[in-house]
Amino acid sequence: MPQPEISQSHPSVEKKRISDPRSVQVLLIGLTYLFFTGFIFLPLGLVFSEAFGKGWSFYLEAIREPYAIEAVKLTLLTVAIVVPVNAVFGVSAAWAITKFNFRGKSVLKSLLDLPFAVSPVIAGLIFVLLVGSRTPFGSWLGEHGIKIIFSTPGIIIATIFVTFPFIARELIPLMEAQGRDEEEAALTLGAKGWQIFWKITLPNIRWGLLYGMILCGARSIGEFGAVSVVSGHIRGQTNTIPLHVEILYSEYNFTASFAVASLLVFLALLTVVIKSGMEKHFQKNSFHL
Amino acid sequence: MNFDAIKKIALSATLILASGIPGTFAEAAGNVTLLNVSYDPTRELYQKENAAFTQYWQKKSGQTVVINQSHGGSGKQARAVIDGLEADVVTLALAYDIDAIADSKLLDINWQKKLANNSTPYTSTIVFVVRKGNPKQIKNWDDLVKSGVSVITPNPKTSGGARWNYLAAWGYKQKQTGSAEKAKTFVKALYKNVPVLDTGARGSTLSFAQRGLGDVLIAWENEAHLILKEFGSDKYEIVSPSVSILAEPPVAVVDKNVEKHGTRKLAEAYLNFLYTPQAQDIIAQNFYRPRNPAALKKYAASFPKIKLFTLGEVFGNWRSAQKTHFNDGGVFDQIYTP
Amino acid sequence: MALFQRKRRNILPGFGLSMGYTVFYLSAIVIVPLSMIFFNTIPMGWEPFINAVTAPRVLASYRLSFSTAFYAALFDAVAGLLTAWVLVRYRFPGKQFLDALVDLPFALPTAVAGICFATLYSPMGWLGHLVTRFNLQIINTPTGIVIALIFIGFPFVVRTIQPVLEEVEQEIEEAAHCLGATRWQTFRKILLPHLFPALLTGVTLAFARGIGEYGSVIFIAGNLPMKTEIAPLMIMSKLDQFDSAGASAIALVLLCISFSMLLLLNAVQEWQQKEYRS
Repeated sequence: MPQPEISQSHPSVEKKRISDPRSVQVLLIGLTYLFFTGFIFLPLGLVFSEAFGKGWSFYLEAIREPYAIEAVKLTLLTVAIVVPVNAVFGVSAAWAITKFNFRGKSVLKSLLDLPFAVSPVIAGLIFVLLVGSRTPFGSWLGEHGIKIIFSTPGIIIATIFVTFPFIARELIPLMEAQGRDEEEAALTLGAKGWQIFWKITLPNIRWGLLYGMILCGARSIGEFGAVSVVSGHIRGQTNTIPLHVEILYSEYNFTASFAVASLLVFLALLTVVIKSGMEKHFQKNSFHL
Repeated sequence: MNFDAIKKIALSATLILASGIPGTFAEAAGNVTLLNVSYDPTRELYQKENAAFTQYWQKKSGQTVVINQSHGGSGKQARAVIDGLEADVVTLALAYDIDAIADSKLLDINWQKKLANNSTPYTSTIVFVVRKGNPKQIKNWDDLVKSGVSVITPNPKTSGGARWNYLAAWGYKQKQTGSAEKAKTFVKALYKNVPVLDTGARGSTLSFAQRGLGDVLIAWENEAHLILKEFGSDKYEIVSPSVSILAEPPVAVVDKNVEKHGTRKLAEAYLNFLYTPQAQDIIAQNFYRPRNPAALKKYAASFPKIKLFTLGEVFGNWRSAQKTHFNDGGVFDQIYTP
Repeated sequence: MALFQRKRRNILPGFGLSMGYTVFYLSAIVIVPLSMIFFNTIPMGWEPFINAVTAPRVLASYRLSFSTAFYAALFDAVAGLLTAWVLVRYRFPGKQFLDALVDLPFALPTAVAGICFATLYSPMGWLGHLVTRFNLQIINTPTGIVIALIFIGFPFVVRTIQPVLEEVEQEIEEAAHCLGATRWQTFRKILLPHLFPALLTGVTLAFARGIGEYGSVIFIAGNLPMKTEIAPLMIMSKLDQFDSAGASAIALVLLCISFSMLLLLNAVQEWQQKEYRS
């Protein structure tokens, strides 16, 4: 979580801390780099070396191709809907769980985590079982001309399911640690419910919220398994970036496939840049808070 | 104040995204669209056929038709259609998958009688791809069960093409020896030599060609030619066995959906178009065996003489073949369970 | 229906609204869709259900899925703890870069990850070259599956430990130091117990995710029945036989196991929090 890091790097808070011996530090950092090399750098390197294997112009052509652009648009649309929807839910769930005591809290928390543990295959399957045209609900929708599965809404719903816990998961420990004192104090001073939320809770949790939104966004960009089940795989219509990557790969069009995959890496890195950029911005202004 | 900054950023980001959206929903106005749901290896074929048909239809009726394509594993595609993917036509790897669609009442149970040649405008067969120079001297089916030969073929449970591979091997042995028992032993020995069962035909090709696994790949004839084209004919060669199966990938109009979309005439014209000399030429150029004798003669050089048997000769029909061999507890499962 | 009912009056507002919305959304997105798995297996009847979920191939696939997910989660526990420690405690070149890349496994589609690992470890790949020299095989073996799952589960562990580690008060460590404890002792006796709940959460999530993972694994697993066939693939092959009840049956078993694991985890944490407070 970024917040504590800010206060640590703040000059007035900074103090001499005991630290590990230099040799231990070097060893541990070395080991971390070794792990990253094997599991992160090499796959990443492979993506880029394949993506640029036929040079810049081929790369640009691959990502400018109309189908690729449609796939990017669909993915961005999905993210633009999924993240805010899950953010509202995440805040609401975290508020209910951390500000009150009630029976069955751990059941509720486990249910929140469930989508993490559900196989993407199952995640797609359940929506087919729920609104597929063989089900009563699905055929009713079909009669009224509403298409969910094998079109954009299906992709969005499946993505919401898969990325459902990220924001709540991020906020709950944070809000648990912060307790209820500030809100209760505000209440006794006469603040109203929503006022408390906007003026006290939200500023307090904004880092966790932002962070959860970034994770949620990253995951919804990359989701493959569940989306693959509910997408009709129609080029230019129901293909997200990951599905487009798979199609290109199946067409033995490796360079183009990795070129489009590298877009995903850039999108992921972009979110991280935004994150650290905002961190710096808030760090500078942290006195005004 | 700072929270406002977040809000501003979030808002402008949403606006930027929203402005890009309309394209996603752009349904070309005034055009007729047709959705062809097909299996994996036909991508290249239908890209060309669609272009040809679009031109043909434009000339014939003045309408501009947009044909959308969806590709994936044959079984998976059939399931998608059953669950509501509104395909106007299906062009799948095996009749069993279209039978399953018929079972859910989306099209007539006698669909296969509606078009000529069992509703299969093109056929293919199963051949081998080996590394250049054929280092393991693989000439026929019997060479696949030799020790030290590593065979690549996909999983018959999840791949339509893999089922054709399996049935070709079985049929070869049963025709040779007249014994189903011997055929079973043969197929069992063959799968002993298989180190990886990818989920689809394209996955197997990649294992063989891109990852360098195995000595021989069992594949559709059209895929084999595509491999030579994509990965280099200096690296691989095609070996045709003496006997193989006549693979008939069928096509059908999905009645329920064309009625809903009002596209029956177009869908039927599209499938009938596949039988025209022009389309048959494209079929042959993509290394599917054309039905039209003239086209077959014209491209005879691409299609070596293989003694082909039909599925019906050996296995009756697809439903019984599926039940005996590939369903849970079937022969394929018995091969692997001790 | 005493579930989700408030225990004692609390002066803060918004319980009804937030809880109502949470339960509604949870039901619409998670509970109702997931219950379809259950309803779909009902027409099967008891005996076919048991047969479907205990067929030898299916049992072998559970064994494989659980053991590979377990080893991967174990490896992630070590690698994740190490990474979180290094990122929080040390300053070194490339730190921000590493921190950024931790989330990569979330963003990279699982299929791309699977293809990457399969290519890297294939006999023609960068690492496969090295590995075959030592006469080892990774691709198409359970080891390959473990490697893919380590990648998939890694961010869960790092991202759950990181915030807790950042909040650990250095005073405690300093005090321990003054009392003559070595660094290692401090770590084992003070830090590790403190980090343990977060570590447990991260590892459980990585484990649960590993059991269900499909996209990346099928490229590297080999998918041989009884040997390298994972449980989600069994679901897929049932579906391809148009046997959606059978597929749901296996899905239901996986779901129940995952859910009980999460329930256990959250109960343990609840209990630990109470201990900690009192």
